[in-house]
Amino acid sequence: MRAVHFCKSCGKVQPPAPVDYFTFFGLPRKLNLDVTVLEKDFYELSRKLHPDLNAGAGSQEQEWSLQQSSLLNDAHRTLKDPIKRTQYLLQLEGVELEEQSKTATEEARTTGQVKKQIVPPDLLEEVFELNMQLEELRMHKKMGEDDPALIEEIGRQKLELEEKQEALLRELEFRWKMWDGMIQREQNGQPVSGEERKQERDKMVDVLNRRNYIRNLVRDVGEVLEN
Amino acid sequence: MASDRIVGIDLGTTNSLVAFMQGESPVVIPGDDGSNLVPSVVALDQNNQPVIGNAARKHLTETPERAVYSIKRLMGRGVDDIQEELKFFPFRLAEDLQAGEVLRIRLGEKTFTPPEISALILRQLKRNAERFFGAQVTKAVITVPAYFNDAQRQATKDAGRIAGLEVLRLVNEPTAASLAYGLDRKQNGIVAVYDLGGGTFDISILKLHDGIFEVIATNGDTHLGGDDIDNLLITIALDDTLGDLGLDLRSKDLRHNAEAVQAIRNAVIEAKIALSLQPSVKLDVELPGGKRYVREITREQFEQLIQPIIDRTVGPCKQALKDAGLKPEQIDEVVLVGGSTRIPKVRALVKELFHREPHTDLNPDEVVALGAAVQANILGGGSVATENMLLLDVTPLSLGIEVAGGVTDKIILRNSTIPASATQFYTTQIDGQANVAIHVLQGERELAKDCRSLARFDLKGIPAMAAGMARIEVKFLIDANGILHVSAREQRSGKEAEIQVQPSYGLTDEQVEGMILDSFDSAEEDFRQRQIIESRNEAATILAALDKGKKSPAWGHLTTDEKKTIAKMEKALIAVKAEDDYQAIRKAIDALNQGTTRLAELMMDTAVSTALKGKTMDEADMGEGPTAPHPMAKAEFE
Repeated sequence: MRAVHFCKSCGKVQPPAPVDYFTFFGLPRKLNLDVTVLEKDFYELSRKLHPDLNAGAGSQEQEWSLQQSSLLNDAHRTLKDPIKRTQYLLQLEGVELEEQSKTATEEARTTGQVKKQIVPPDLLEEVFELNMQLEELRMHKKMGEDDPALIEEIGRQKLELEEKQEALLRELEFRWKMWDGMIQREQNGQPVSGEERKQERDKMVDVLNRRNYIRNLVRDVGEVLEN
Repeated sequence: MASDRIVGIDLGTTNSLVAFMQGESPVVIPGDDGSNLVPSVVALDQNNQPVIGNAARKHLTETPERAVYSIKRLMGRGVDDIQEELKFFPFRLAEDLQAGEVLRIRLGEKTFTPPEISALILRQLKRNAERFFGAQVTKAVITVPAYFNDAQRQATKDAGRIAGLEVLRLVNEPTAASLAYGLDRKQNGIVAVYDLGGGTFDISILKLHDGIFEVIATNGDTHLGGDDIDNLLITIALDDTLGDLGLDLRSKDLRHNAEAVQAIRNAVIEAKIALSLQPSVKLDVELPGGKRYVREITREQFEQLIQPIIDRTVGPCKQALKDAGLKPEQIDEVVLVGGSTRIPKVRALVKELFHREPHTDLNPDEVVALGAAVQANILGGGSVATENMLLLDVTPLSLGIEVAGGVTDKIILRNSTIPASATQFYTTQIDGQANVAIHVLQGERELAKDCRSLARFDLKGIPAMAAGMARIEVKFLIDANGILHVSAREQRSGKEAEIQVQPSYGLTDEQVEGMILDSFDSAEEDFRQRQIIESRNEAATILAALDKGKKSPAWGHLTTDEKKTIAKMEKALIAVKAEDDYQAIRKAIDALNQGTTRLAELMMDTAVSTALKGKTMDEADMGEGPTAPHPMAKAEFE
């Protein structure tokens, strides 16, 4: 069921109900969703909720329209992006993803240390090597020296990392399938154990963490290559 | 209803315009000098009365210490931000400016904040619209550069309020332009709007589909525009005059230097404009002491000079494309906005960036105001022309909070569709703590000190609890104008926490209240007075024209009845002209206008037939000749 956004009899904007983003769009808490349908819904709701189209209404309705349309935009922005959608769902499930990363970031910055990240074990050797090369390139650049071979090598590794990032997205999509299947079973009246739910969550957290790690690495490499 | 008419205003760095939706299409409302553009120049005359627009321009050269231009560059900025501007612009800051105070500019003996000066321009536009409609105008949509931050937007909104306008919406300039373009070609696709104006640069990328104008990404520079080109040319001229003529026009102690610099400024602006059409131009300016500054500039030299300036638009364009996740080939149309896009070199740069010929069908000076009128129409409930049209804009800059270690924690990312919100939770650090301080920032940089400080909030009245027990929910909401609102609630007690806002740059509500130009009590009366004066002027014009008509041979061709009717109407107009009812005066003018249509026609005929008889136009006593408008026509302007 979609949350009630308008009055059934008069069609006027209603105050926003305290709902999560999935409920706002009347969606189940599943991760595989048709972004085209979501966008269509977003436009349709925008045409009713946007403050521009309620500018002539009373001040109370205008306020509700502002609240509702910001909720609509927040929900759309979160759900249309595969990573944000997954993070949001995990957060609804009680996983404090953002808190963890934020605390780590803050700590790293206050102490002036490099943010301690758990390097995925399968990447350990590669990352160590890459970091050495990046350091070398930075030194070269500082001295104003050119090292085309090194740049080419780093560029090649960047491509590999990007491929890994893509592969992780596929892996995440696979985890979605598992999660959605579980939710479907639940909806069909079959009990899902807390343990199974936790396992599915943890697997997604793991994929997200690895993906984040690689994304940051790609970004850093990109910066060094560009500068 | 006339009283509900909402106008669209482009409050520009160099020129400002007011437009409205006439039937199915937006039109610009001309000023009393007949010009669509009101130069954004404000001066104080010898009686300390404000003069605005074209009338103020002569003050720039004659009494430069009493005039100001390009005030938009100072909107929403602090003293520290504008040091660079002060090197190039003759802004005279108030000497008694306190740290943290809103800037004040000196005009003669008085000082004004940038929103007050902008308000004077807005009031002029408001008056132009009122004269056009013959009715009061109180509601407006005002455009701002897409890349304007919260403080700059707030300052613009304040200016509207000071001018006695309810600002229904701030619309981003490139988005407004896309509305004007989209009106007659309702098609789907990706559009890039490249807007290089007098003082600001914006690039916006929009997705158009079925009437929805959705901004996907925007970027820009709020201090990049034609002004910078002018300043570059002025700098060269000042170096030349010092080197070749030994004249140091930079020294501030000589008053006539300011006049000379203004004369040079006028000359280089003319030269810049001319160079868009011709291969070379000659500068020739008279300087103090009878010396002349003469120099030839070729387009090639000009293009070389401005290259570094226009190159500064490349970075924002590339970033916007990147943020939109698009390649230049995926852009279907490129639209040029702003006077500086008339420069051929700028057009060439845009073509190179987006791999296609940009559109220039609409006047780049007017398209933003026209779009504002379209948005005004949508807000007013829409019409056939704007049916199904909806603008979905974005916030140009990320919103962040300062967290431990002076780091910015971004809570709403740039290019998020607005309205947008984010909720943060805060707690207390010590037992019984009653206040929590929050520092809100805007910008993309990692460190708080590199971002723009928007405001400091103090959450007050938190119920006494052990450290870490309070759970204060703070909601940050960016509205459809791109302006931030903050509300807070302590969750355990359910108590609304009181928020005390200290805007980092900007006026408080009370200050704005005190600046309002026409307080609501006098607005109606002021409007009436102005209308009376204007309608009397119009009456005088038509009566004078009638006198002339009576002396023309055509008068003899009228029947006695016709003459009687005209005489009656004339008497009626003379009678009401002495009264204070402007509506009655207008009515009498219209009646006399109608009644004299045949006389006017006869005058034309007589003129033609007399001419055919071999008489000259002068002898035909037509005064203004047959090319003049309907001799009885209502005077359009004073």
